[in-house]
Parts: sequence; structure tokens; C-alpha cells
Amino acid sequence: MQGLNISGVSMVYELPNGVKVEALSDVNFSLEPGAVLSVLGPSGCGKTTLLNILAGFLAPTQGEVILNGHPIEGPDAERGMVFQQGALFEWLTVSENVGFGPAMKGMSKKEVKEKVESWLVTVGLQDFGDKAVYELSGGMQQRVALARCLANDPDLILMDEPLGALDALTREKMQSLILKLWKETGKTIIVITHSVEEALFLGQKLFVMAPRPGRIEKRYNLPFAERGLVEDPRSIKTEPEFIEVREEVLSMIWGMEEQIMGQL
Amino acid sequence: MEEGRAGDKGDGLLKRLFGMGSWGENSRKTVTFGDAGAVTGGRVYSVFAVLFLFVLWFVSSAYQWVNPIFWPSPLAVWEQFVDILFTGYRRFTLWEHIGWSLYRILLGFGFGCLVGIPLGFAMGLSNVVRGICDPVVEFFRPIPPLAFIPLVIIWSGIGERSKILLLFLAALWIMAIAARSGVSSVRLSKIHAAYSLGASKFQVLRYVILPNALPEIFIGMRVAMGVCWGTVVAAELVAAESGVGFMIMAASRFMTTDVVVLGIVIIGLIGYGIDILMRILENYLVPWKGKG
Repeated sequence: MQGLNISGVSMVYELPNGVKVEALSDVNFSLEPGAVLSVLGPSGCGKTTLLNILAGFLAPTQGEVILNGHPIEGPDAERGMVFQQGALFEWLTVSENVGFGPAMKGMSKKEVKEKVESWLVTVGLQDFGDKAVYELSGGMQQRVALARCLANDPDLILMDEPLGALDALTREKMQSLILKLWKETGKTIIVITHSVEEALFLGQKLFVMAPRPGRIEKRYNLPFAERGLVEDPRSIKTEPEFIEVREEVLSMIWGMEEQIMGQL
Repeated sequence: MEEGRAGDKGDGLLKRLFGMGSWGENSRKTVTFGDAGAVTGGRVYSVFAVLFLFVLWFVSSAYQWVNPIFWPSPLAVWEQFVDILFTGYRRFTLWEHIGWSLYRILLGFGFGCLVGIPLGFAMGLSNVVRGICDPVVEFFRPIPPLAFIPLVIIWSGIGERSKILLLFLAALWIMAIAARSGVSSVRLSKIHAAYSLGASKFQVLRYVILPNALPEIFIGMRVAMGVCWGTVVAAELVAAESGVGFMIMAASRFMTTDVVVLGIVIIGLIGYGIDILMRILENYLVPWKGKG
């Protein structure tokens, strides 16, 4: 049984004052291998909680998370993480960061070196291997984070706002890079983002989540990610079909945000 | 016409000394008062200040403004320096006095690091150890190490052991707290990233938590070295037969003020030197400091 299966996952936090908060309520979905899913939602909808459960950093209060036939019980090299920023190891060079996973597994230095070099080429950083990560721009740092994750050859890649700290131009370029890496490696990818445009462009599937309790409010199947590699990203993002879905999702999220503000 | 900035002219000396007026620097910044980036240099003034102090010292002793018993001439101090350097003072040459002082702080500081750093790590990583040690560490931390001198003398006499024990106590709390805060400062996403890359708990400790804590451990070492240097001199004032502190204490009994002043100059220079050395080491060993 390949792929990701999530059934009846709920997460209830208890606040110090005894009030219970349902961060996730009965979340169900499955994802076939090689799919890319993006997740959107207002703050407090439980998307980060969901990602932390998938990564194995949190155990759900109810429900099952099955990846390739076995339950997820903790963090593991089969599930790679790409964080927003600041998750690189600043005491290591770019190469050492990319080679971290293989080195931890005890791979020989030669094998690690080969792996690192080929991944640096893939993300366009072949000339920056010996640099310190803090000498690189934000966009380059995120390319290191992608390469570090991929060099470890995970089955599932979880991205938590991977492009959130980048400027608009770099962000668009990086979206194309993510699509390219997805096509070349055939990995299953889940991306959490705040940008509706990014979610539509990157996801074959899109879940819009809603808060109180955190749940999947609406699911979309989208054609744009497949086309994003061969066609011009800007023309995809400006075509009427794209704009129509974008506005629908935006007004849905705005509605939720207004509800939250009203409840305050 | 190139006009000066508003307020350039007619700034009083007092205003200029406190940075509120201009010294005529050629800057296009119109806001300098309060801009930390505008106050970085001033090295020229440092040279002048040091030169001024030396000249003042020469002139004041040449004209005997102060009785040499209270304040010796620079020449007398220099002569003592040459004399003590080669023939020694109280059975030891100057190098030996300095060597003894340094030997004591290196041992005391070394043991302090050896115990304090692992203790700080345990306090940063385990609730039980943190719970047990926090009140102890927080209690001993504000006590000046000198307050322990009577106690360590009762415990282990006036020999080397008591001084090393004292310096150990001076360094221990500083290092434990520095290591604890270094461990606690690690960003959770780095830990999560490492586990997701397949690192074991030990590997997370060795390759993430330790390097992440090193810059703060280094800050602790710098502080601890400073405190140890001050403490060893003070301990030698109380009870010792060698060391720079002993030298000035012994000299004061015979009113040989030039040796006392020589000792003070040496203490200052070595303290300054230790700090510069630690900074160089820091830049070399933890270049990633503050870059996370």
C-alpha cells in the first residue's frame, strides 16, 4: 500500500486554564505517490499542526497516519522537511549542509561528496559549495534547504512556508524550481503556504482549511502545476481560469478571517 | 555653495564631547546623534588619550607634584621592571610571578569549564537536572568569588590547591549558565530538521546542539577569564608566595610604590591581553556567531 493515508486525525490541545482547543477535527485524505498538494488557510486553521503530525513531531490525539503501509510514529529520514528560514546549520558550509543527512547515515565521504555535488548542480549552486550559508542570499539559502532535503532521498517532502521570507521576484523563480524538482524526482510533496497564487500554481491538489475546529473546508484538483513546467508561469497566473479560482479561494479565506475577527 | 550642516557652527565643546555637535567630519549623514553606526572609530583620540596620560605622568613626576612615595616616576617603574625581569623580586623573576598567576587561572578556569559546561548542557537538556541545579547555580552566581577566600583557606590552606579551588568556583557558575543558555537558544526548526534528516539523539547533540551553543560558551569563557584574572590577583593579595598579586602586596609593605605601580600596569595589560586573545580565538573558532 503505497502513498499517504490519513484517517480520522484529530488534535486537541488543553490550555493551562483548562479550555480545550480543537486544532484539527477529523481530517481524512490520501495522497498517491508523486502527488503535490498545497494547503492554504487562515491562521489558526491547524495547517502547521497537520504538518507537524505528518513529520512525526506531534502525535495526534485521535486517528491514523499511514505512509507506505506503516504508521508514522516520530521523525524519520523518509520524511524530509523544508522550513521557512533559519533551519540551515550556520556552522556548516553549503556542501556540509547538503551532505548532512547522508553523513548522519554513515555514508562514505566519497559517496556523500558525489551526492552533494550533483544536488548542488541541480539547484544551481555548484560554485557555492565551500561558502558559509550566511554568506548566501535568502533565495540561495532556500535552495540549499531544498538540496539538503533531497540529498537525503525522502519519500515525502513537507514544506512549511518554504518561500515565505523571500521577495516576490525570487519567490516566483523558486516556485518554478520546486516544480522542476518535483518533476525530476517524482517525490510526494506537501506545501503549506500563505500565498493563494503559490498554492494554485504548485498544487495538483489544494486543500483550503478552516479554523475552529481546524478542518479541510474545500478540496480542489488543479491543472496548473503540470503545465507550470512547460508554459510561462506568468501567463498561467494571468489566465482567466486561474484568476477565477484565485478569487474564489481568496474570498473564502477572507470570509474566515472576518469571522475570526468578529469572534474576538 | 557647500554649506555645513545645521548646527555645525558654534557648537560648544561640551555639546561636541557628548556627540551632539560636529567635529567637522566629512559625512553626508544629517542624523548622527543616536546613530550607533556613526560612533565606531575614534581610534585617533585613543592614541592622543594614552599619550596624554603618559606625558602627564612624566611631567608630574619631573616636577615632583606628588611625593614619589605615593606616586613613582615612570623612569623608576621602568628601572624596577628591568630589574625584576632579570634579577627577580622575592625569589621569583617577573616572568615567574606572571607565570604562577597564569598557571593558577588556567587550571582553575580549565576545571571550571570541564565541570561547568557539561553541567550547563545537562541543565539545558533535562528537566530534572535543571530543577535540581537551578537554585544552587542561581544562588552561587551573584556571590563574589572573593567571599569564598576564607572558606577555601580553611578547607585547603594557603597553598596552590585553595587558589585553584577558588578560581574553579569563580568559573564554574559562569560556564554553567553560559552553556545552559547556549543549549536553550537552539531554534526548534534546526532540531526538527536534523531529526528529519535521520540524525540520532546523540548526533543531534554533537552536530546541532553543541555547535549552536559554542558562541555563547565562548562569551562565557571570555567573562570567566576576566573574572578569574581579577580573582587570582585578589587571592594572591591575601595569601600567596608568588604571583603578580603577591608581588604588589609584598612591595606595599616596604613602601616600594614603583613595584606596586609596575604590578598594576602588568595586571591591566595582561587582563587586556587575555580579552583580545579570547576575541581573536572567538573570531577564528566560531565565525558563525550571530549569523543564525
